Amino acid sequence: MTQALAATAYPTQWKKPPFIESAAWRVALWLGAVLYLVLALGSLEVNWARLVEGLERGGRFVAAFVQPDFTSRWNDILAGFSESLTMTITSTALGIALSIPVAVGAARNLAPTPVYLACRGFIAVSRTLNEIIVAIFLVALFGFGPFAGFLTLTFATIGFMAKLLAEDIEEADAAPLEALRATGAGFLQRLDFAVFPQVMPRFIGLSLYRLDINFRESAVIGIVGAGGIGATLNTAMDRYEYDTAAAVILIIIAIVMAAEYLSGMLRARIQ
Amino acid sequence: MSNETVAVWRKRAPRAELAVFAAWVLALAFTSWAFQVMTQDTIWAFVTDAPKQAADIGGRMLPPAWSYIHELWWPLWETLNIATLGTLLGIVLATPVAFLAARNTTPSRIFVRPIALFVIAASRSINSLIWALLLVAILGPGVLAGIIAIALRSIGFIGKLLYESIEEIDATQVEAIAATGASRAQVMAWGVAPQVMPTLAGISVFRWDINIRESTVLGLVGAGGIGLKLEAALGVLAWPKVTMLLIAILATVVVSEWITAAVRKRLI
Repeated sequence: MTQALAATAYPTQWKKPPFIESAAWRVALWLGAVLYLVLALGSLEVNWARLVEGLERGGRFVAAFVQPDFTSRWNDILAGFSESLTMTITSTALGIALSIPVAVGAARNLAPTPVYLACRGFIAVSRTLNEIIVAIFLVALFGFGPFAGFLTLTFATIGFMAKLLAEDIEEADAAPLEALRATGAGFLQRLDFAVFPQVMPRFIGLSLYRLDINFRESAVIGIVGAGGIGATLNTAMDRYEYDTAAAVILIIIAIVMAAEYLSGMLRARIQ
Repeated sequence: MSNETVAVWRKRAPRAELAVFAAWVLALAFTSWAFQVMTQDTIWAFVTDAPKQAADIGGRMLPPAWSYIHELWWPLWETLNIATLGTLLGIVLATPVAFLAARNTTPSRIFVRPIALFVIAASRSINSLIWALLLVAILGPGVLAGIIAIALRSIGFIGKLLYESIEEIDATQVEAIAATGASRAQVMAWGVAPQVMPTLAGISVFRWDINIRESTVLGLVGAGGIGLKLEAALGVLAWPKVTMLLIAILATVVVSEWITAAVRKRLI
C-alpha cells in the first residue's frame, strides 16, 4: 500500500484546472483559432493612406462631440425625433396588442396543433428577418416615411413579444386553468382569469423593454428610408455636418438612458 | 328574495374599475394622437397600392438567381470576419470596462465607475449600423469600419452582462486568495476571473450570433460584407439577385444560430 503510493509521482506544484477538459479538443481549438486568425487577418484589406486621411476627419468628429450643434438644424432634428417617438409608441402599442393572440396560439398548452405550428412559424420568420431588411421591403411597398417604419417595428414587436409571452404561458401553473374549466368557463374567460393574471407582471416588464428596443431601432431604420431620426442623421452625415450628427447621437443616448432609468423604476414597482 | 340583492362577484371595486377604464381611454387616445402625428405626411395612395406592389415585386423576385451564389462566397467570408473579429475586439475592450464598472472590482466608485457605466450605456444606445455610418465617414468604406462598428456596439452588451456577473461572484474565494497575501492582479486572476470565465464565454458566443445578423446589413452603409452586394442589387432593382442574397443571409443566420446553440450546450 505505502509502496504503491510512493511509486506514483505526484506533482509538487498545483496547476490551475484547464477551462476545457479534453486536451485534444484544447489543442484543436487553439490551432483552429490561430489558423482562422491568420486567414482572416490576411484577407483584411486595409487602405492605410485612406486611414491616415481619415484620422484627421476622426479628430474633427471628436471635436464635434465636444461642441455639438443643436441649433442650426433644430427643426429637422425635432421633426426626426417626433417621427421616431410617435413611431415607437404606435408600433409598440399595436405590436403588443397583436402579439397576445399570436402568443396564445403559440402556447402548446392552449392551442391546437395547426394553430400552434402557424403561430410558431410566424414568430420564427419575424425573429429571423433583420429589421433593416424588413424595412427595405416595406419601404418599397408602402413608400418612404414613418408608416413603413411603423409597420417594420410592429412586425418585429409581434415576434419578440409573442415568443416570450408564449413561453411564459406554457410555464404557467395549470391548476387555475383546470379549476376554471371545472366551473364551465369559456375559452376567453379561462384566458382572462387563469392565464393572464399569472403572466401579466412579466408581460408589462417585457413591454417596457420592447418600447426601449423600438426606440433604438427607430433610430436605425431611417437609414433605409423608413422615417424617423435615422433619416436626419443620415442626411447630416451625407452633408459632412458632423456637429449636427453629434447632436442627434447625444440626444439618442440621452433618451435611451432616460427610458432605461424610467422603465427600470417602473419594473421595480410592478414586480 | 328579489334578484337585486344577490351579490355579484367582480374583479375590482367600482371606483378601481372606473380608473382602469379611464387609463385605457387615455392610453388609446394618446396612441391614436401619436399615430396622427406620425402619418400627417404619409401619402396614402402608396399605402393602398401596396398589395399590387407586393405582387409585382414578388413576381420579379422569382425564380432566384441561383448561379449568383458563386459571387457571394467572398462577401460571406467577409461578413463572417466582420462578426468574428468584431466580437473578439469587443471582448478585449469590454473586459477592462466591465471590471471598472463592477462595484466590487472598480478602483474608485465615485470617479471611475460612473465613467465606465457611461461608456457601456453609450455603446448600447447606438446601433451598430449607426456606428458603421460614422466609421465609414471617418475610415472610408470597407471591412475595417464594419469590424470596429461591431466591436464598439459589443462593448456595451458584453460589458453590461459581464459586470453584472462580476458583482454576483462569491466573495469568499476572493477573500481566501487575498488572505494568502496575493496582489490585486493575482486576486483578479485567481479569485475573480475563474468565476466569471464561463459567463464570459457564454455571453461572447451569444453576442457573436447577434453580430452575424448585424454584420449582414452593415454593407448597406458601406461597411463591407454581403450587405454591399444587397445594396448594389437593390440599387439596380435586380430582384432575382436580391432573393438569392436573402436566401444566403437567412442560411448564414440559421447556421450561426445552430453553432451557437451547440456551443452553449457544451458550456452549460
